[in-house]
Amino acid sequence: MGIRFILMVNKQGQTRLAQYYEWLTLEERRALEGDIVRKCLARNEQQCSFVEHSNYKIVYRRYASLFFLVGVDNDENELAILEFIHLLVETMDRHFGNVCELDIMFHLEKAHFMLEEMVMNGCIVETSKSNILSPIQLMEKTS
Amino acid sequence: MDSLFQRSLDDIIKGLRHQQAGESAFVSKVLEEVRREIKSTDSHTKSTALQKLTYLHSICFVDMSWAAFHAIECISYPNFTHKKVGYLAISQSFQESTPVILLISNQLRKDLKSNVEVEVSLALECLSRIGNLDLCRDLTPEVFTLMASSRIPVRKKAIGVVLRLFGKYPDAVRVCFKRLVESLESSDSPPIVSAVIGVFCELASKDPKAYLPLAPEFYKILVDSRNNWVLIKVLKIFTKLAPLEPRLAKKIVEPICELMSKTGAKSLMFECIRTILTSLAEHESAVKLAAGRINELLIDEDPNLRYLGLHALAIVAPKHIWAVLENKEFVIKSLSDPDPNIKLESLRLVMEMVSESNVVEICRVLVNYATKSEPEFCNVILGSILSTCSNNVYEIIVDFDWYVSLLGEMSRIQHCQKGEEIENQLIDIGMRVQDVRPELVRVGRDLLMDPALLGNPFLHRILSAAAWLCGEYVEFIRNPVELMESLLQPRTSLLPPSVRAVYLESAFKALVFCLHSYLKSATSSDHSALGLSDPGVSKENHITPDSVLHLLNLIDMAVGPLSGSYDVEIQERARNILGFTELIKPVLSDSLHPQDERHKQQVEASKMVRLLHDTFSDELGPVSMSAQGRVPVPDGLVLHENLADLEAVCGSSLPASSATISFEGSHNVEGATSIFISDQKEESEPSSESTSLLAEHRKRHGLYYLPSEKNTEHHEANNDYPPANELKSELAEQSFLPKRKSKQVKARPVVVKLDEGDVLPISSKIPQAKDDSLSEAVRDVLLGNEADADTLTQKAAADSVIRKKGKEKLNAKEQEDDLDHMDSQSGTVQNPVKERSKRSSRKQNADEGDHGGDKGKQKRRHRHGKHRTREGVQNPPANVISQTPVPDLLL
Repeated sequence: MGIRFILMVNKQGQTRLAQYYEWLTLEERRALEGDIVRKCLARNEQQCSFVEHSNYKIVYRRYASLFFLVGVDNDENELAILEFIHLLVETMDRHFGNVCELDIMFHLEKAHFMLEEMVMNGCIVETSKSNILSPIQLMEKTS
Repeated sequence: MDSLFQRSLDDIIKGLRHQQAGESAFVSKVLEEVRREIKSTDSHTKSTALQKLTYLHSICFVDMSWAAFHAIECISYPNFTHKKVGYLAISQSFQESTPVILLISNQLRKDLKSNVEVEVSLALECLSRIGNLDLCRDLTPEVFTLMASSRIPVRKKAIGVVLRLFGKYPDAVRVCFKRLVESLESSDSPPIVSAVIGVFCELASKDPKAYLPLAPEFYKILVDSRNNWVLIKVLKIFTKLAPLEPRLAKKIVEPICELMSKTGAKSLMFECIRTILTSLAEHESAVKLAAGRINELLIDEDPNLRYLGLHALAIVAPKHIWAVLENKEFVIKSLSDPDPNIKLESLRLVMEMVSESNVVEICRVLVNYATKSEPEFCNVILGSILSTCSNNVYEIIVDFDWYVSLLGEMSRIQHCQKGEEIENQLIDIGMRVQDVRPELVRVGRDLLMDPALLGNPFLHRILSAAAWLCGEYVEFIRNPVELMESLLQPRTSLLPPSVRAVYLESAFKALVFCLHSYLKSATSSDHSALGLSDPGVSKENHITPDSVLHLLNLIDMAVGPLSGSYDVEIQERARNILGFTELIKPVLSDSLHPQDERHKQQVEASKMVRLLHDTFSDELGPVSMSAQGRVPVPDGLVLHENLADLEAVCGSSLPASSATISFEGSHNVEGATSIFISDQKEESEPSSESTSLLAEHRKRHGLYYLPSEKNTEHHEANNDYPPANELKSELAEQSFLPKRKSKQVKARPVVVKLDEGDVLPISSKIPQAKDDSLSEAVRDVLLGNEADADTLTQKAAADSVIRKKGKEKLNAKEQEDDLDHMDSQSGTVQNPVKERSKRSSRKQNADEGDHGGDKGKQKRRHRHGKHRTREGVQNPPANVISQTPVPDLLL
């Protein structure tokens, strides 16, 4: 399925956004997020951005105080996922203007919609920033 | 009134941020409010409550399954803001088994047909997230319509949903597949291609064979596309397709190489490398090119690229080890990289490089790294040394003396926690490789002698193995008295009871050995004329009367107190030893103080001691796991009747057990049915008593033994042994075959290898419970059965009048289909006609609500007619599917 989940976690380890593309129970989510956060946040800048975790791997990247963690299948292209994370950040940056943790906290819904535009069924379907943002602008007009 | 005082989501978020402690109290208070507000009839209040709940659900792990019905209410509101809150809640919290899920079917259909683009998007998004069989079946016609929408974003999403439809409801393939294939060619709108390639990439990863006929379309995208995302996906598809069709591999290798050298994007370049290494490894020149790019990655500053470079080497290692060897130094250097992931990856590679000729050198380097590393990585290194060296019955080990001393050295590494594995290997090697026993005993003795090791609980298992080895092969010990002292030293009280019991048993064996050699030497000095000399007793371990006295005192002192131990194993073994010493003492004491009657007493003593000594000196050997299976089933014993079910239950767990080896002496009557294999020359004479017992047993139960006719001729001396030995001669021939290289200075010792029983049975891969119906449907649509697909397409969209007419034809087709299916499945009837027709009738009911009208239908028909002609040219007829799955156009 390619992408299994996307997490945004701040450096204190609090989840700011969690999007799963396969069904997990709340307990499973809690355990998984705990494990992953422990594993990834302990790593430093000199270490690579890929972490193997049970039967899949996590590609992560840190922007200021926020970690973007993406769980992907083993044959997924790690560098492409890093680019995907960067694209996501750039898109949010374009929309919110200098995006920060608070923007995501207070506009969680919008962040979800952006992700929905970009990823479907765990596949990346859209990679153009303006295409990703246009439905959101449309929604703002509609509502 | 409610909405006036209702807290908004922003209030909650702010509130949460200000809670330092007691967050859970705040959450439960909010939850209480939400439970109240969500029952409101006012749409705004309800949706705000739902919004808050969704937030808490995704951030604070609050259960929201109870609000499922309210979420459904929200999506039915006309106001878009409320609707989208409902949809978000549903896609976050619903799963396939949510009880109310079917209630959204109608609302989804309504929104899918909406004129407002964002509403359609929401509905598609929702379907892709939570669609189950029923939803997917009900909504397939709507999605099919949307796949041809003029609005690009809608079309793109409809294509994305198709993956879910196919996964949950394979019959959707017959409806949507052609439109999906057509979308591949919409090169004018990149988002569509991007979406559709994503879908095919996922589909092909599950069952690549079915998509081979589409290779020309994919090839066109590979050559034409400028979008890196799309190219990466296409490469992934080709990675799956190329191994199935060598002509295809030949065709794509050139464009991929070109892409690899031209592109500036590292992600695309890496994907090219991966494709070449995984699926085009036979194309030497391409692999060389890829290896060149890997070298660039390895020397990059970016740890990500270094990691991927190592990763790529790991892919190429099994087929082209030269690429790894070229970078050997870098790989070994990476073992001390600051990043543990890179370290692990390089360790894997180092293990790939290990061969018979360099195993000593590499293990030396690795052990050095292990001593320097932090505990976790140290144990990973030790673990991979152990598993690599023991692979396939120590295949790569030539010098077992070296390996055994390496095991001893590894035990002493500070952080070593591999006690269990080392224990198993020490004992396993002891039983399999005779020549290495002196060295094993030496290593074991060194471990036992060191009182400091007893304090480390991780080493207890190893010490247990060492104690067992020293007891079992005590004849190789230089100084058995010293061994006894270390086995009975006071610090052994630190050992767990199970290990201590092994210590005691070994002490017993050592004691018997000491007494035996003492008596033997005493006798032989008396009867020197006879020239009796036991090969086991060398000059060095000559036992003096003093040391025998010393031993007996030592046992009284150290073992005496243990006879009251609470652990039964210890208690029993201690009592065995004490009982023996009690028996032997009076007779011995006479022999220690020479008198007239000395000779008679001594004979008695040596008789007792010899009896025990014979018992202990019987060889133990590995027992084949399949030994039991070789016992023929006696007539009249029906195993299948009651036990067949048992096998199904336990079958999977049995081979997994590591108990490949059990200790069975040939004198052991119970053990006689198992096949005992060891080298015959070495087999010491069994005590006559046990042999006769065995013979008697065999006479009575001859039925349970393997036939033995041939045996008697070959092994006259061993007439009474279980005829299972017959197997041994073949086996010995096999393992004695000289397969060593000429440059080896030291010949590899014989390693007793059992037949297939040694290697764990390769678990017959149970074919994945693949979605056969999906692949079948895809094949049908792609390669023939066009009429059938067409009928179904019509059926999905058309009204009931047409359907009635086509019904007979359809049923006939379906039956044919099922026959095909049964043929290909060789008898496994998975999709009986009944089930199929039931499904389609259900579908008819579901389609009742659809009034697409004749117009739409005709349009679609037209489209398919066109498509059919195109495909008719491209694709070979259905009956040659297996021979030429790739159209010749490409090749």
